[in-house]
Amino acid sequence: MSAAGGRAAAAAAPGPRRFDWRRLRALVHKESLQALRDPSTLLIAFVLPLVLLLLFAYAVSLDAKNVRIGVVLESDGVSARSLAAAFCATRYLEVRLAHDRREVAGRLTAGELRGFVVIAQDFEQRLARRDTQPLVQIVTDGSYPNTAKYVENYARGVVQGWRAALDAGAPAQAVTLEPRYWFNPELASRSALVPGAIAIVMTIIGTMLTALVVAREWERGTMEAVLSTPASVLEILIGKLLPYFALGMVSTLGAAALAVFVFDVPLRGSLFALLLLAAVFMIPALGQGLLVSTLARNQFLASQIALFSGFLPAFMLSGFLFEIDAMPAPIRAITWAIPARYFVSSLRTVFLAGDVWAVFTPDLLAMGAIGFVFFAFARRATRKDLQ
Amino acid sequence: MKGVRAMRELCSATRLRAQFVKELLSVLRDPKSRMVVFVPPVLQLLVFAFAATLEVRNVDIAVYNQDAGRWSHELVQRVHSAQFVARMRHVQSRQQLRALIDDGAVIAALDIPADFSRTIAAGDSARVQVLVDGRRSNSGQITVAYLSSIAADVGAEAVPDAQPAAPVVVRNAFNPNLTYRWYIVPGLTGILALFSALLVTSLSIARERELGTFDQLLVSPTSTPEIIVSKSLPALAIGTALGVSMVAAAVVVFGIPFTGSFVLLLASLMLFILSVVGIGLTISALSMTQQQAILGAFAIGVPAVLLSGFATPVENMPLVLQWLAQAIPLTHFLVIVEGSFLAALPPGVVVGHLWPLAVIALVTLTMATAFIRGRLQ
Repeated sequence: MSAAGGRAAAAAAPGPRRFDWRRLRALVHKESLQALRDPSTLLIAFVLPLVLLLLFAYAVSLDAKNVRIGVVLESDGVSARSLAAAFCATRYLEVRLAHDRREVAGRLTAGELRGFVVIAQDFEQRLARRDTQPLVQIVTDGSYPNTAKYVENYARGVVQGWRAALDAGAPAQAVTLEPRYWFNPELASRSALVPGAIAIVMTIIGTMLTALVVAREWERGTMEAVLSTPASVLEILIGKLLPYFALGMVSTLGAAALAVFVFDVPLRGSLFALLLLAAVFMIPALGQGLLVSTLARNQFLASQIALFSGFLPAFMLSGFLFEIDAMPAPIRAITWAIPARYFVSSLRTVFLAGDVWAVFTPDLLAMGAIGFVFFAFARRATRKDLQ
Repeated sequence: MKGVRAMRELCSATRLRAQFVKELLSVLRDPKSRMVVFVPPVLQLLVFAFAATLEVRNVDIAVYNQDAGRWSHELVQRVHSAQFVARMRHVQSRQQLRALIDDGAVIAALDIPADFSRTIAAGDSARVQVLVDGRRSNSGQITVAYLSSIAADVGAEAVPDAQPAAPVVVRNAFNPNLTYRWYIVPGLTGILALFSALLVTSLSIARERELGTFDQLLVSPTSTPEIIVSKSLPALAIGTALGVSMVAAAVVVFGIPFTGSFVLLLASLMLFILSVVGIGLTISALSMTQQQAILGAFAIGVPAVLLSGFATPVENMPLVLQWLAQAIPLTHFLVIVEGSFLAALPPGVVVGHLWPLAVIALVTLTMATAFIRGRLQ
């Protein structure tokens, strides 16, 4: 095996061989067949995007609803009961009435309730006094901070609304804000998550799949066999990567079509911009896959490295789930090196806002630069090992 | 007859041990593999623990203030000095305001009308328009909530005799300050252990099949259950070791209170890993190549994480998906691990989530056995 590698290096040394389009076409043809005949490729390129979009549309809703809370009614008064009725009437909370807080405390621990509201025995007196004394107590399940915040805000809103209705003559708030959400007025979290779905699938196709395919060739020793043929390194790499580039583009188109026609996500930018962004994102994605496979040289290592350097960062650090601005400075610095970060930012704009080149241009340049670095490293690693 | 069976059992115990050692070595012998199995998950835990936050910090806000009065000045000052704001951009026209939002330079923009202070002085309610970047819908909403509370403070100062705005007192049980890290780190423990165990097991049979050594294993005296057991144990050991070290990191490095029973958590962790191993082996038994196995593991693992309730609570999902979520090991383990850390989850509740894990493990391991045997014939 090493003898074959040595020969390949020796043959490559005198000078770059002529780039031959026919050879390239044959290589692309062979790789495409190999990719398309494997059902797992199609699973990742077409079934996974569908599943992800379905889940983002129906399962991963950041807008909470039907949150189960308890209302502890310790007072028998008319006002207390009317407040409890106000809680029962809201659409977003599923209320379970109780008369003793011990009944609900256990349920909170067990996770059956996400919080409870205590309307205390002296509620009528508190209401009559009209001072700064709190009217009710809200207890939330802090082990789920998001839901806890939601329970707090919603319960607070119910109490305030109920109380405002009691004395309509009270002075209104001196300053009110009128929020207008641009690009996404209904605040559908689905629209904000679709770009994330595309970025994840493209990362899996570009980085994971490529890393596996090239690592397999190294693992089986066929990479060195191919390198010793008249085909140049450039032809071989393009031949390997081009089919996956095409697969990623087709998958993006499919996912975008699904998002627009089935899930009602707007595509306010141009199709050209979307395709350009996807094509440029494939450069660092494929480059990373190539680098990982060249360093790992077996599929187990390649998959682990691709998982932890490509997939999980695209999921957690790209800004589609968690705001990058809110991360501590060292982690914000790490995100600069993650191509998915630029892709997600531009994808959101192309879907929801339109063709804003002030957003696209720096993102495209950054993705191209990272891709260039990955390819340069992959090239160096390949050459070194063959000698 | 009885003696023969006893002999066979004895033999199989020796064989099992030999195979277990062989499987463990095949994953851990190579120093690169050893490093890749243990180091990245722990590093990821450290990075993601700080990255995953749903608070809003360090954002830029734009202001177009057309009012020269006292109250708009007060409002702008308070927003400027608010902790979540990194930079304030003052602009002189509505066009500039929109351009800043379009380019993603600011998350929100305040448009203060010229009669703002006059309206407040007249005792009326003054309105401020807030343009929010809807591309960042979640952070946008949180930003508006922060801005609203600042506006309410300014309003309270302008009209001091208005009623108190907050007639409630709030207590957050188990996590008084709603520290998001206390939630995310235990959850990440489960997710990282899941992906590691899933990848290690899904590759195990597929690799042998691809390299051709699986046929040798099949013609050896090894029985199918032995193959399954010997392929399960290394991943179980690795996954559990990884899980325990991450739990330890959560307590020691992040100082997250651990209030539940460690023994119960350990038992749950092992059962959780075992059910993941079952899924991984089923994928592996069905795959002809390592590529199929890994991609299959992703096609199962990614949706599983999304459905598990880590990102959004299971009870928000449609009913069909809620049922589906019950078939995912991570769903149950998340409840156990979050509860064990923060809420001192009672043993009864833990057991209530343990038996689904046991059922999943039993079903998937049986499936794996059946599929291997199916290929044997």
